[in-house]
Amino acid sequence: MNLVDDLTAGDRRALARAISAVEDGGPEAAAVLAELQSRVGKAAVIGFTGPPGAGKSTLISAYITHLRRAGRSVGVIAVDPSSPLTGGAVLGDRARMASHIDDDGVFIRSLAARGHLGGLSAAAPFVVDLMDAAGFDVVIIETVGTGQSEVEIAGLAGITVVVFAPGLGDHLQAIKAGIMEIATVLVVNKGDSPLAAATAAHLYAALHLNAGGHREVPIVTTTATTGDGVGDLAETIAGLLSVRPPSPADAPRRLRRMLAALAAENLKEKLLRGTNPEIDSICDEVRGGRLGLAEALRQLARIA
Amino acid sequence: MTKRHRIVLAKMGLDCHDTGIVIVAQLLRDHGFEVIYLGLHNSADAVVKAALQENADAIGISFLSGQHMTQVRLLIEAMARQRMQVPVFCGGVVPREDAAELQKMGVAEVFFPGTLGPEVVARVSGVLDRGRAA
Ligand SMILES: Nc1nc2c(ncn2[C@@H]2O[C@H](COP(=O)(O)OP(=O)(O)OP(=O)(O)O)[C@@H](O)[C@H]2O)c(=O)[nH]1
Ligand SMILES: [Mg+2]
Repeated sequence: MNLVDDLTAGDRRALARAISAVEDGGPEAAAVLAELQSRVGKAAVIGFTGPPGAGKSTLISAYITHLRRAGRSVGVIAVDPSSPLTGGAVLGDRARMASHIDDDGVFIRSLAARGHLGGLSAAAPFVVDLMDAAGFDVVIIETVGTGQSEVEIAGLAGITVVVFAPGLGDHLQAIKAGIMEIATVLVVNKGDSPLAAATAAHLYAALHLNAGGHREVPIVTTTATTGDGVGDLAETIAGLLSVRPPSPADAPRRLRRMLAALAAENLKEKLLRGTNPEIDSICDEVRGGRLGLAEALRQLARIA
Repeated sequence: MTKRHRIVLAKMGLDCHDTGIVIVAQLLRDHGFEVIYLGLHNSADAVVKAALQENADAIGISFLSGQHMTQVRLLIEAMARQRMQVPVFCGGVVPREDAAELQKMGVAEVFFPGTLGPEVVARVSGVLDRGRAA
């Protein structure tokens, strides 16, 4: 038996090892990748994003409780940032989901972003595939606490829940932020705060300004710490999923995204390392005004 | 993409002081480790199950409440039950006379109060690098 056979048969240890294999890009990774593609496309993929401290992890934990009551198994991918200086990371999301540790229907994996920008890690789309193949009904992804431009999750998840909380910025920031535009559902968490209603009103106004009123995005107020409103969120997501269920087209799209991320990182590393004479000469040509940017990009893409 | 050391850090039992272990988490992060921090009040089975899901290379626990002997024994038993074999590190307020007994139970390194950061990093790395070479 190989890793992929084992993990599809429900072996959680094999799943954990396979995730490390693709994350580290080790020798097992290529084999795992190849075997996986015929076994994916069944899981509903739900992203949670939003500013640091908005309550994403706490809310996911409360949402898992609802999913489990409905009998659905859940895989969670929790991404936290890596230090740009040392490459190390403190991954703290799962501490907020500790109440599910005894439940075999829940599997949580923390990923460090490892230098990947955009709120995810380069391996994240692949870990979605692994959890999908392992048979989880729902795969939840928590992005790093995002500023304004980490919108990559929208390409990976079928449903993107953008979590805000009172006191983490005003409505002007919400309008500026790209994360408003990727929301399938908007959540105002920390509903126990006296400012929650005002935050919801600001978001409502910002939404209708931004989308010109064309897009109906539900706004749900929750208090993740008590569970208030989390049932409404679960129902809202279930309703959206029934309109757009997971499709076989999702997995090839994820594969494409992963390849895009890896190709970009590969090229970036080669460019920044500065040890490739061909790349050096392209840079010199651009600097000397002899080579246009568009042509330089074409040549660089061929090298990578 | 390269392999990084992944270590699960947790507090077990009733002990509710996490200042020390959070400092160790930052220290290890600053030396390139990926630290999965589980927070307070974890049971032995919870620590081991989290370490399995995270495919961790090591487990680190810290104690201030004098429960280290009982809790470490529970942890080692849970690891045997769940067939998990990784080095265990133990730190906090642990008296020196308990070190031998802890190591006999299977703890790889014991850090006494006052151990300096660089030494912690060096000893943890040493054990993990030896494990990898083996
Ligand atoms: N009062 C209140 N506090 C909350 C609520 N939800 C979360 N919190 C608290 O907010 C803090 C941050 O919660 P997290 O769940 O860690 O937030 P996060 O968005 O996952 O944070 P990052 O992953 O660091 O970006 C914690 O102290 C939570 O207990 C809520 O509904 N009400
Ligand atoms: Mg979080």
